[in-house]
Amino acid sequence: MTALTWISANQEMIYIVILMIFLGIEVIGRVPSVLHTPLMSGANAIHGVVIIGAIIVMGKAEHDNYLALSLGFLAVILGTLNVVGGFVVTDRMLEMFKKKKK
Amino acid sequence: MEFSILTLCYLVGSVTFIIGLKMLSDPANARKGNLIAAAGMTIAIAGTIFLYESDGEKLHNYGWIFGGLIIGGIIGTLAAKKVQMTAMPEMVSLFNGMGGACAALISIIEFDHIANNPVVVNPGHVLIIFAGLVIGSVSFAGSIVAWGKLNGKFGDFAFSGQHIVNIIILLVVVASSAYVVYNSDVELNESFLYGILALSLLYGVFFVLPIGGADMPVVISLLNSFTGVAAACGGFLYENKVMLTGGILVGAAGTLLTILMCRAMNRSLKNVLIGSFGASGSSKGAAGGKDQGQYKEVSLSDAAVVMSYASKVMIVPGYGLAVAQAQHVCHELEKMLAEKGVDVKYAIHPVAGRMPGHMNVLLAEADVSYDKLLEMEQANDEFPSTDVVLVLGANDVVNPAAKTDTSSPIYGMPILDVELAKMVIVNKRSMKPGYAGIENELFFRPKTSMLFGDAKKVLQDLVAEIKNL
Repeated sequence: MTALTWISANQEMIYIVILMIFLGIEVIGRVPSVLHTPLMSGANAIHGVVIIGAIIVMGKAEHDNYLALSLGFLAVILGTLNVVGGFVVTDRMLEMFKKKKK
Repeated sequence: MEFSILTLCYLVGSVTFIIGLKMLSDPANARKGNLIAAAGMTIAIAGTIFLYESDGEKLHNYGWIFGGLIIGGIIGTLAAKKVQMTAMPEMVSLFNGMGGACAALISIIEFDHIANNPVVVNPGHVLIIFAGLVIGSVSFAGSIVAWGKLNGKFGDFAFSGQHIVNIIILLVVVASSAYVVYNSDVELNESFLYGILALSLLYGVFFVLPIGGADMPVVISLLNSFTGVAAACGGFLYENKVMLTGGILVGAAGTLLTILMCRAMNRSLKNVLIGSFGASGSSKGAAGGKDQGQYKEVSLSDAAVVMSYASKVMIVPGYGLAVAQAQHVCHELEKMLAEKGVDVKYAIHPVAGRMPGHMNVLLAEADVSYDKLLEMEQANDEFPSTDVVLVLGANDVVNPAAKTDTSSPIYGMPILDVELAKMVIVNKRSMKPGYAGIENELFFRPKTSMLFGDAKKVLQDLVAEIKNL
């Protein structure tokens, strides 16, 4: 019963999950093997969106909750590393593809 | 009003992720796609910082947030800019691990939050927290091990029955998480949290350790999709749609990418994960050790003469070229031979190097023109009309055992048929087997001559020799 209420309470999210699974598969279906590495790296940067969770946790932490503050701070740093590093590395890889086209 | 602007930011973010991923799988638009996704990410992050509200309350601790963003941003940019092209795969793995750790930390804080604020907790909420914790920490530990294996810090390690132990650890993790979730309305015990965290980390380590280095790209891609799912758990937790879209999108795309990579190697994912590539290969090497006969060496000047007077030369680059950073000299050699009227092309195996596409990236860095790079099928068609094949630090991708020896761990992998050419010159540092840990008969074939030495050094000497001809 609780499972059912949980599903109906979160139905919107569940719909998104299911649609995104199909979309994710569809969207990269025709990738040439040359682009496997940059695509993996780009996808790696996109899941860095977890940083938003870290920011929310950090921003909600009470001033005297040192556990949440320190772990949240660490989470923000790690998440930023994932996002920034991921996009920069991908750009560097792809920059080289572009140069040779000319 | 402000909150609806935030909704718009998230919507923009989600759409850019989808478009970005779509463009990333098309060579002409890939770079633009990456930038679009990055722009969407920036909008989503900035929106969260300034507009997010929960229960009518805005975020605080801005000092901490900006401090973290700045520190992470600077380190991330520097690391990504400074890393050498050859070390890209391990860098991606490391960044992936950071994302996994971030997801796990969020779960720890959220658990701590609900454990210390006794309100009625929905078991579904606890389930999501634990899912984020387990998947995030497996991804973190696994990525760190993959990173260490790729840069040679950790070797292969497997003990008998390890798969059984792995399955038991996983079952314990799932069972104890289920127990906590089921009893979450009664009590939430933090010792469970840390126990599960420790076991998940252990599982991540054991999961990746026995897998051979040659299969690391597949594992990194798989862990990448794990982190995606962990990020999506965060999205569920905060009903945050951009996290959910981004996370699940990467989870699904990453899983497909993993399968595509396996397919390029003509192996199944199961075979990669439980096959323990490295372990079986090395044991066979020790037991087999059959006499392969003699190999012959070729001198630098002979090699230079043969190549200068050939009409068609095919270069087969491999990880050895990447390690030696020899892509620029390689391009120089190619230009010099072309000036002498030799038709020079590159034969690129889909999994040459440490990652699919690794060689293309590397040669592009050295300005090698795109139309000189042949894919495997094209190259195999052209080998019969090729005079000299120069194998630069590639091994498993030209190993005939993949076609003939059913007991070989790489049996069934499509290879470059270099033997169809009139002559094969193999540059390697020594006679040591390649990453898959297996002998290569090619080196003992009558058509093959060995040219030992570091790829960069050898190529420089070759260029000098050709100049003096």
